Amino acid sequence: MPPVLLLARSTLLEARRSGLPWLALGLLAAALGLAAFLSQVAMTEGRELQAALAAALLRAGAAFLLAAHVTASVVREANDKVLELALALPLSRSQYYLGKLVGYGAIGLGFAAACGLPMLLWAAPGSAALWSASLAAELLLVCAASLFFAVTLANVVPAIAATAGLYLLARSIAAIQLLARGPLAEPTWTQSIARGAVDAVALLLPRLDAATRSEWLLYAPPAPGEFVAALGALVLYAALLCAAGLFDFHRRNL
Amino acid sequence: MSGRERPLATVPGWLWALLGATLAAQLGAQALRPPPAAAASDLPPAPRAAALRAASLGEPAAAARLAMLYVQAFDLGAGNALPYRRLDYGRLRAWLRAILDTDPRSSYALFAAVRVYAEVDDPARTRAMLEFVHEAYLEAPNRRWPALAHAALLAKHRLRDLPLARRYAADLQRLTTDPDVPLWARQMEIFILEDMNELEAAKIMLGGLLASGHLRDPGERRFLKERLGALERRLASER
Repeated sequence: MPPVLLLARSTLLEARRSGLPWLALGLLAAALGLAAFLSQVAMTEGRELQAALAAALLRAGAAFLLAAHVTASVVREANDKVLELALALPLSRSQYYLGKLVGYGAIGLGFAAACGLPMLLWAAPGSAALWSASLAAELLLVCAASLFFAVTLANVVPAIAATAGLYLLARSIAAIQLLARGPLAEPTWTQSIARGAVDAVALLLPRLDAATRSEWLLYAPPAPGEFVAALGALVLYAALLCAAGLFDFHRRNL
Repeated sequence: MSGRERPLATVPGWLWALLGATLAAQLGAQALRPPPAAAASDLPPAPRAAALRAASLGEPAAAARLAMLYVQAFDLGAGNALPYRRLDYGRLRAWLRAILDTDPRSSYALFAAVRVYAEVDDPARTRAMLEFVHEAYLEAPNRRWPALAHAALLAKHRLRDLPLARRYAADLQRLTTDPDVPLWARQMEIFILEDMNELEAAKIMLGGLLASGHLRDPGERRFLKERLGALERRLASER
């Protein structure tokens, strides 16, 4: 078996033994339970309410669990000197990094499939499949970001905080840009600078608000062009984070 | 229990007592607390739709529905003990507007506006809600016609304002182009002018909505049937 796949397999094994599947089950139960409870108090659109809330909770919960798992796993390996041991073997730094990313990406794929299955309760199979595929790409991006920050910052709390910051900002940057351009924004030079700064930050972020949309489950699946553009942007950003992480990892003195 | 843990007997007695006492105090304090009361007049100012979208973190559909449940809690939370007319309708309208702008394809805000908040026993408040529904209808006639159809009925039977009802009916007839819309809605002006009482009209409307497949939500169906029952009882007691 190639070293990259061997590392990916060991990463999957670690996830299974660290209780991640149980956490995923807990997340599913919590999201479905809360959605079912809130739909009981809804006067109308009970099905839509359940679908929208479960989708939103599962999406955010899966991203958080995965980010926490990746960060804790990478930092623990570094602290236990497993990293040094691995690199003492005939294994390049790129192979180690990519092997880890493939393993974490596979966990993300499992998460996306598990989160997509309950969506079949409320949405058409095609819409649920597209939503799950988009979630898988989003989780791949989260894995790439967590791996990058964990390797670079080498501490659990700063790495999780940085990943969460990037993720939340990427999900809300489009709305922040709208706010900055809103009718209440005064045409002053400070406002122009602020708007320019928001636009500059937006250039550096992936458009997570365009991906994994619960509207796809509630109303209609996305147009092919829209879906490909959203997914392509996520994969591109994951590749960028991977390249940045590899760059930093190669420069590091162990 | 893992082998790394020491037996329970090693825990000092005072620690057992402290744990028990603090747990009992917590349970007692929570049990003695009065249940939270809904305050109809305390509805805070509505956020702007853009702010609601920003706070939704890219989940406007979920945020709009959660915001609706939040607004509902200011009246339904008390089991209908609080009359809706104690709500600040200016703020309520702003909330419904923001929610509708956050997810324009959801019909929840309009349903609540026309079926709950417009049915209050206060003509000024009813009018405010009907105007909100009419304004929203003009933005998407083919999607929002059921709300305006009910608004026209309320204008006729509750407000006894036939010109207003005819204005809504005329708009409904003129702007709704979807061929799936039931016949009575496409001929709303005649429907309004017909000499039938509120119950008959409401029955035809509900039947039409059910037949056209616009009423798929079981909760909504139950709610509307309950309303029909209440209307039946009210009209019977007035006779």
